[in-house]
Amino acid sequence: MRYTPAELMVAAAAREIRDGEVVFVGMRLPLIAFVVAKNTHAPSAVGVFENGVLRDTPARELLFTMSDGPNITGALSCLSMLECMALLQRGRVSLGFLGAAEVDRHGNLNSTEVRDAAGKTTRLPGSGGACDIAALAKRFVALLDHQKFRLPEKVHCVTSPGFGPWRSGRLAQGGPAAVITTKAVLRFSPAGEAYLHSHHPGTSIAEVLANTGWPLQVSPEARETPPPTRQELRAIRAYDRQGFWTR
Amino acid sequence: MKEKLCTLREAVARFVPDGASVALGVQLESMIPFAAGHEIIRQGMRSLTLVGPISDILFDQMIGAGCVQRVIAAWVGNVMMGSAYNFRRAVEDGVPHALDVVDHTNFTLALALHAAALGVPFLPTYTAGGSSVAARSPDIAELQAPFTGEKMRAVRAISPDVTIVQAQRADPSGNAHVWGNLGVLPDAVHAAKRVIVVAEEIVAPKVIASDPNRTVIPGFLVSAVAEVPFGAHPSPVQGYYNRDNEYYGEYHRTTRTRPEFEAWLEDWIIGVKDRKGYLGRLGQARVDSLKVRKHAWSVRADFGS
Repeated sequence: MRYTPAELMVAAAAREIRDGEVVFVGMRLPLIAFVVAKNTHAPSAVGVFENGVLRDTPARELLFTMSDGPNITGALSCLSMLECMALLQRGRVSLGFLGAAEVDRHGNLNSTEVRDAAGKTTRLPGSGGACDIAALAKRFVALLDHQKFRLPEKVHCVTSPGFGPWRSGRLAQGGPAAVITTKAVLRFSPAGEAYLHSHHPGTSIAEVLANTGWPLQVSPEARETPPPTRQELRAIRAYDRQGFWTR
Repeated sequence: MKEKLCTLREAVARFVPDGASVALGVQLESMIPFAAGHEIIRQGMRSLTLVGPISDILFDQMIGAGCVQRVIAAWVGNVMMGSAYNFRRAVEDGVPHALDVVDHTNFTLALALHAAALGVPFLPTYTAGGSSVAARSPDIAELQAPFTGEKMRAVRAISPDVTIVQAQRADPSGNAHVWGNLGVLPDAVHAAKRVIVVAEEIVAPKVIASDPNRTVIPGFLVSAVAEVPFGAHPSPVQGYYNRDNEYYGEYHRTTRTRPEFEAWLEDWIIGVKDRKGYLGRLGQARVDSLKVRKHAWSVRADFGS
């Protein structure tokens, strides 16, 4: 079955969710990844949304934002943001998803502002809950458009912390588990450095390395990312019928 | 209790002076008080500080209209589409004038409001460790925890001059029912010096009193309450109308340049008198298309004794 890069990313993100886990869902593609996981291998996962919503069933139709009507109808609970952030800080959230404009060698994420080669600054929307998810979830997964300038050795601004000296005390129990890009899946060594775990079908290890801003380590077991299964694609397409997020 | 019912125009003129700090959009992407923001723009308020966790295009409109001096927020943009252009123009190029941005995370903003709601100067947290957000912010400081000695961060309390909230229904004294995701609404209401409630409908006090757990906003904290049906469009209000997704797409496509935004502003805000005029511009067919398609009533709870 043919599929789009976004569909592959959604399927890869969904596979990061283990059955029974409490997941901080976030915006955009992860909204669909949660639904796909619920409808395939993780029927008991619980979703936490920072607007205050808890869900243990997938929303009945496509969400453009976490506060859309269908995410409220049939919710497990409607609370405040503080109560959802309390779940996160208390250590009850296994996994959180977030997006970023830049990700660096140690999994630090920037979604605040970027500078181009000429020094011109582009202001981005900001953290939202991303910094909180990165700091406080037991592990987090970032989604990224794979381009060389988006994967610098060191991000210009650390909106959301990856691995570094601050991963001590309470923060020692967290950190990035994976970065899912449009070309590859990166994971992290015990020392907190990113390495190539798999490259997507249609790309090569060489292409991933050429489009990464530092000498990326490659796992000896590096392989091709498994394409989305028929079941995963069915779940994605039944939900994102018009392909707003995934085409 | 004193009656606080008035028009939105009166509420804004009386309680949103130039230079005020105003919390808006406290439920994130739903129930954003767009009608109130547009009224602030029409009345030409200046030098406002906007406070909110995330803002889905309303802050962008108020920044573009020249009302805003400072933004205290975790995220400013267009949730469905990405960047918001007026925010970018103000930060990057000082257009229409320079903007001071105090970056927060959603959690630190919630804690800042919660601290003010509790009446304490700060609250401790583990979030934002290792983040530039903490390093750059005047509102976040390092803290050594008493009892454990841990290194934490303290978030300074924020008490907005006025919090403006959209509610499903309220009585003439400002007691209001809100349901669905609450975001930072409870904290923003209790933290603020004044509160304006914009309600989809004004109902009899006995309707509100019948379900006290849903009375998220007690009227004694409220300065003014106005009835404005469809006051949150294009954002959704649970049980009343759905999100107008296409509107956010149109806004993204038609505000890329400053002249395009100025035309948009004239068309949708300056050129209409009030929310009724705005809805006339929107058209009845589009309004009807957003109404609830399938009702999902809760089962009644017995508050008898």
